Amino acid sequence: MFFWSLVLIAVGIFSSFIYGRSRIKLNSKKQGTKSKSLPNYYAQYVLMWCLFPALIVYFSWAIFQEQIIQNIVISNFEFIEGAVYNEGLLLAEIRNVANNPSFADGKSIEIINAASHYSSLRQISQISFYTSIIIIMLLGALYASQKLKPEFHAQHTIEKYIQYILIFCSSVAIFTTIGIVFSLIFESLRFFAEVSIFEFLFSTEWYPFIPIREGQTAAEGSFGAVPIFAGTFLVMVVAMCVAVPLGLLTAIYLAEYASQRVRKIVKPLLEILAGIPTIVYGFFAFVSVAPFVKAFGQSIGIDASPTSALAAGMVMGVMIIPFISSLSDDVINSVPQSLREASLGIGANKAETIKKVILPAALPGIVGAFLLAISRAIGETMIVVVAAGTAPNLTGNPFENVTTVTVQIVVALIGDQEFDNPRTLSAFALGLVLFVITLLLNIIALQIVKRYRERYE
Amino acid sequence: MSNSKILANGVDVYYGSKQALFGISMDIKEKEVTALIGPSGCGKSTFLRCINRMNDLIEICKVSGSIKVDNEEIISEKTDVVSLRSKIGMVFQKPNPFPKSIFDNVAYGPTIHGLVDSKNELEEIVHSSLKKAGLFDEVKDRLNEPGTSLSGGQQQRLCIARAIAVNPEIILMDEPCSALDPIATAIIEELIDELRLNYTIIIVTHSMQQAARVSQKTCFFHLGELIETGETNKIFTNPDNTKTQDYITGRFG
Amino acid sequence: MNNSIAKEKIISLRKKRSLEDMRFKYYGFTAMCLSLAVLVFLLYTIFSKGYTAFQKTIVLLEVDYNQEVLKLTPDSSDEDMEKGKFFRVKKQAIENFFPDLSKSDIKLVKKLFSINVDKEIKDYFLDNPEVINTKQQIWVTAHSDVDQLLKGNSRRDVPEDRRKLNDIQLSYVDQLVEENRVKQVFNNFFFTKADSRHPEIAGVVGSFMGSLFTLFTVFILSFPIAIGASVYLEEFAPKNRITELIEVNISNLAAVPSIVFGLLGLGVLLNVFGLPRSTPLVGGSVLALMTLPTIIIACRASLKAVPPSIKEGALAVGATKTQAVFHHVVPLALPGTLTGTIIGLAQALGETAPLIMIGMIAFIPNIPTGLTEPSAALPVQIYLWVESAERGFQEKSAAAIMVILIFLFMMNAIAVFLRNRFERKW
Repeated sequence: MFFWSLVLIAVGIFSSFIYGRSRIKLNSKKQGTKSKSLPNYYAQYVLMWCLFPALIVYFSWAIFQEQIIQNIVISNFEFIEGAVYNEGLLLAEIRNVANNPSFADGKSIEIINAASHYSSLRQISQISFYTSIIIIMLLGALYASQKLKPEFHAQHTIEKYIQYILIFCSSVAIFTTIGIVFSLIFESLRFFAEVSIFEFLFSTEWYPFIPIREGQTAAEGSFGAVPIFAGTFLVMVVAMCVAVPLGLLTAIYLAEYASQRVRKIVKPLLEILAGIPTIVYGFFAFVSVAPFVKAFGQSIGIDASPTSALAAGMVMGVMIIPFISSLSDDVINSVPQSLREASLGIGANKAETIKKVILPAALPGIVGAFLLAISRAIGETMIVVVAAGTAPNLTGNPFENVTTVTVQIVVALIGDQEFDNPRTLSAFALGLVLFVITLLLNIIALQIVKRYRERYE
Repeated sequence: MSNSKILANGVDVYYGSKQALFGISMDIKEKEVTALIGPSGCGKSTFLRCINRMNDLIEICKVSGSIKVDNEEIISEKTDVVSLRSKIGMVFQKPNPFPKSIFDNVAYGPTIHGLVDSKNELEEIVHSSLKKAGLFDEVKDRLNEPGTSLSGGQQQRLCIARAIAVNPEIILMDEPCSALDPIATAIIEELIDELRLNYTIIIVTHSMQQAARVSQKTCFFHLGELIETGETNKIFTNPDNTKTQDYITGRFG
Repeated sequence: MNNSIAKEKIISLRKKRSLEDMRFKYYGFTAMCLSLAVLVFLLYTIFSKGYTAFQKTIVLLEVDYNQEVLKLTPDSSDEDMEKGKFFRVKKQAIENFFPDLSKSDIKLVKKLFSINVDKEIKDYFLDNPEVINTKQQIWVTAHSDVDQLLKGNSRRDVPEDRRKLNDIQLSYVDQLVEENRVKQVFNNFFFTKADSRHPEIAGVVGSFMGSLFTLFTVFILSFPIAIGASVYLEEFAPKNRITELIEVNISNLAAVPSIVFGLLGLGVLLNVFGLPRSTPLVGGSVLALMTLPTIIIACRASLKAVPPSIKEGALAVGATKTQAVFHHVVPLALPGTLTGTIIGLAQALGETAPLIMIGMIAFIPNIPTGLTEPSAALPVQIYLWVESAERGFQEKSAAAIMVILIFLFMMNAIAVFLRNRFERKW
């Protein structure tokens, strides 16, 4: 279906263009006047009218056809009284049988009937899909061809259309944000309908799977997210403890001490560090750092678990080093040279200049960089999923297993997703918290950095 | 008055809240070279860019007053800027050929305006434009090489050819020789003298010698005002205004 | 008198200060070296853990293609050949593998071979049907436990109950080594097969193709949209509130954690639009939305780098703004936008979390052939293998990381090449 519809559209594009071009030439010859725009613009005009309505139909069909067919199949399904059905499983079964007749063996007659119903609906849908696409294309071309007169200024119209397309492209970002906010809030509301928001924000028990007290019928477990927030915070603190000194000192060295050549070599190397996928860091944490942390813990008499906040946090810190160092580097470089000269000019050495003059001057920018780094650390997923563990421990001991917001989102959504279950929905509530916090951090950081820039420009 | 090509009346230009031109009124005759001179920042380029509405590109720039080209008002919402600019060619301070072949540089204008119906016609226009710009003999064997590979003076003549190719009636030149060496400058000046036979030319220059050499009329701008306008000979020998006198004798500028 | 004391004081202070200066510089240098050392250590870890995955262990097995046992005749048709009883041949071969095997030992020996051996015996026969009724020496794939033991990845000095192979199996393996009936060769499975439950026959091709399809989707969606958006914002957008809103939006979107985009994909693309789960189409769409801000920022930078004089030149000959932008500015900015897009794609290639959200974590044992087929992706494959309890998968995950890093390196190399080759200095 995918391939042939592409062919259809390609044919439409090609023929409408050729048609538009020849038609306007003919028309202007007939009237004996020159057309107001170049023939190509009339051709593009026909093409757009032929293509865009068809594309809209195409996408809506692709998006909604499956759902509509499934609804029809389910509503016509011969339910046997007394039997309990899971709609999702049932549909999957029907689809399997329809796509692969060899699965029909041993299936009940209702399912086989429904499967044939499903197949026939699909076939009808396919045929009507192609017919409607062709008809829409023809109608579009017909409408456009009425306008193909020399006095019609096609170029103006085309340029207006192009503007619309460009505006649409720019608004994709807005739609994305709306989509994020909408889906997070919508699913979170469903979650909070079953779990009280106070329990979520202030209770310290996170057992999403086991019912722990009587009368807790709506929720299957307890959803107090405090241990998760605490774990996130702990991992973030460890990460910043690693990343801030290393990143900042590296930036200072590169900006103030290093020769041009060292800078030229080291900066790309740091960029490599920044470009490594986070799952690779996760692997590193799991294979190298976590066993080391465990061994180290044992050697000083602390019983460390195989996955720990320390292991995950340290590796996350390494991941953030290039982020902090490049941002700080920019900030330090934008401190005006005159400040440096003033300090050096009264006999201060470089270290004193950096500590007493440059860092204080660059402080807001550096703080902004730290906030962005914190937002990064909180949102990071794969390192903690692999190396921090999943146990919701409310602890300040970095050698222990902790869990984070992102880990719990992943855990809740791996495997069966049932959207009537607070366990699945909890992912969206946690996602909402994550989104709001990172957004706030980002806005504050960007404000600080912007003010800082304005000061020196 | 019959051969008056451009008639400006009380043109004011503001950049934001800052006024750059104060009530400029001017009458430019057909098939003559008019030079706009004055110290830098006096508004001569701004005025030039009003004539083909290039100031539209600057968002904070507001133009009021009246400029009539062939008795048609162009400072108006209704003006078709595109056809205006195809009637008024422009050559810029720094040569700005498109990073395309020499041929495509000249062919661009005629193509987008649909001035030609066939490849042969296009070739003809390109060749004749290059000839009029005095460049054809130098580049006829390498029309497919990029325009940016030419020397500065050649690039500027390519830009003139590009402007001529759309068959304009007026050519605006914004300090066309300021980025060129003296030899290239001399060639361009000669060219301007030839082009005068077919086109109305307005040239902004900071070189008084150049104005004296190429123009018939000269207008002297100072601090956004048009101080004096008249026959080039008269301006340079016997100006009415003392400011003009000071400027051309080199007291300021 | 006083003066000289003061002078001495200043001199000693100055010494102290310059020491301090040295120390501070030294701190910075150490920090930088430490960061780079971690990079080296990380790459070393990956290489040292992963290089063994490019080899597999094979065992020499004597197979008797007896027509009785196979229930075939030399004249059987191709279709019948397919249905030959190869598992019986294999059973026989393993029973005769070592002389005088007891029944319980046969079971143990069987576990030294990969599950794929049946197929290998069959394929050998189908390629050479003339071997019927002869005995053939065939190299077949060993079980991952043997493989790991011989590569030294699993240790034999741990107590028996914590080992995959017990003492008897170990002695058999030792005997094989002694008799030269086992060797290590290039692991072609790793580069020809998709994921499997059995480490010795698991490969990266399935997830690699999945990643390619996903990247293709990302490119198709994000490149035109990013160009459109940046052209609008850079060249056409009026300076007003809405434009400002869009710009703020884009810069904030760039900082949204990737996992949230995964939730968007799950909540909107899967649940509202009902697009097919676990497919590169959905994965690519989510990653496209995620990388869009990055690409838009890069595109705008390269549009900005085109000097305005080019646009003015076009406008002066009477081009409309749209013509000036699309005929001149956009083509000139194209190399820059492509470079930005490739960098965005490289970012998308390494993303794992959003793909997990939309179900690209399912176990997919075959190689995907289209955008709407369920498939894995390289980073998710790595995650699955890292998390797997089976020892043999650890080297596979490291090797898959090498594959993804090489892929990333090549993309960046292309980006740098484009930048150097086509970037103009104005």
